[in-house]
Amino acid sequence: MALAGVLALLLIVADLRFNQLATTRSVLSGLALPFYWVADVPARIGAWGKENFVTRSSLLEENASLRSESLLLKSQLQQMAALRAENGRLRELLNSSALVQDDVLVAELIGISPDPVRHQVVLNKGEGDGVYMGQPLLDASGLMGQVVQVGAGSARVLLITDATHAVPVQVNRNGVRAIAEGVGRLDQLELRHVAATTDIEAGDLLVTSGLGQRFPEGYPVAEVVSVERDPGQAFARVVARPMAQLNRSRHVLLVYHRE
Amino acid sequence: MNEARASGAWVIFATFICAYLLAVLPFPLWAEWARPEWVALVLIYWVVALPQRVGIVVAFSAGLMLDLIEGAVLGQNAFSLSVVACLALVMYQRLRVFNLWQQAGVVFMLLGIHQMLCQWIQNLTSAGAQSLLFLLPALVGAALWPGVLLFLRHLRRSLHVH
Repeated sequence: MALAGVLALLLIVADLRFNQLATTRSVLSGLALPFYWVADVPARIGAWGKENFVTRSSLLEENASLRSESLLLKSQLQQMAALRAENGRLRELLNSSALVQDDVLVAELIGISPDPVRHQVVLNKGEGDGVYMGQPLLDASGLMGQVVQVGAGSARVLLITDATHAVPVQVNRNGVRAIAEGVGRLDQLELRHVAATTDIEAGDLLVTSGLGQRFPEGYPVAEVVSVERDPGQAFARVVARPMAQLNRSRHVLLVYHRE
Repeated sequence: MNEARASGAWVIFATFICAYLLAVLPFPLWAEWARPEWVALVLIYWVVALPQRVGIVVAFSAGLMLDLIEGAVLGQNAFSLSVVACLALVMYQRLRVFNLWQQAGVVFMLLGIHQMLCQWIQNLTSAGAQSLLFLLPALVGAALWPGVLLFLRHLRRSLHVH
């Protein structure tokens, strides 16, 4: 008993304090993958059934709505091309480096952490697909998190709402910078150390600022829900709601953003 | 004798695999705090039923595997399950003569200790729970104990695991 206890405590210390076990862990994470695959089978069958047992009319309906959405997106893209060219010219005038378009890899979520205090998900892409530590993860509507562990065929991602995660953001409206921290709730982020006089209000969109060198600039992160300015407190309490559908998205995007 | 021992090991191994699968099965969001600790339940059963075969070594390895699967701090479950197995080894004789619901009470205590130890270790990473909700799995696990016990006992007797 004493031996097992001491061994376990040594492991805990090695993992927490010295980060000695990162490679061991990534090698051994292959052992955990089959469990996630099998546990994911019911969801897979459900998704397959949903795709294959649909009526003709609902397919036609979906087709029509996708067509109109595509038209809308294309029209926005036209404007985007012009804006990008203009942005490039302006940046040239300012002598600053041009924004490059990021490459993305589509991945599928195959499992979520069974522990409610640990906001992590498991993806079906790993080292073999070029996934690397710290790679940002997006869904269709915003930033989801970053890769914290890479296995051969799977990767573990820490979500932005985890209590140990923080992401540098800026207010899209005026460029005010802040740090958005997770608090352990899937629908909430909090901004740290925002001075009470800062120009920030409910409804503001927070985007990544790119300052941490980890996340590329300009991806939507969250929307400010409430700002409390208590004269008795040193800082304002700013609560935001993540843009990404952290508990719904199954298809996600890994962004390649190496410095 | 040798053959019987080998086949028995296979059954124990298979029940742990099932427990791992249940541990990562997607759970609805409203019930995420109530997910029972399947691996701990299965471990307690085997320690009480076959204390000469399943002990702290099995508990340690089972916990280490659970750490890998859950993505927890390496050693977290290994530590707490070793403690649980040790306590179960101390009192398996008393536990056997209890009736089902008295046993469930003891199992609640063991699972509670497991959750508490996990919580303490998690707090070292500053990712602990904010409320006492983290003890809910112990309650759910204790409520499931009679079912788990009867099922595993049936399995053990029909497959002659000694």
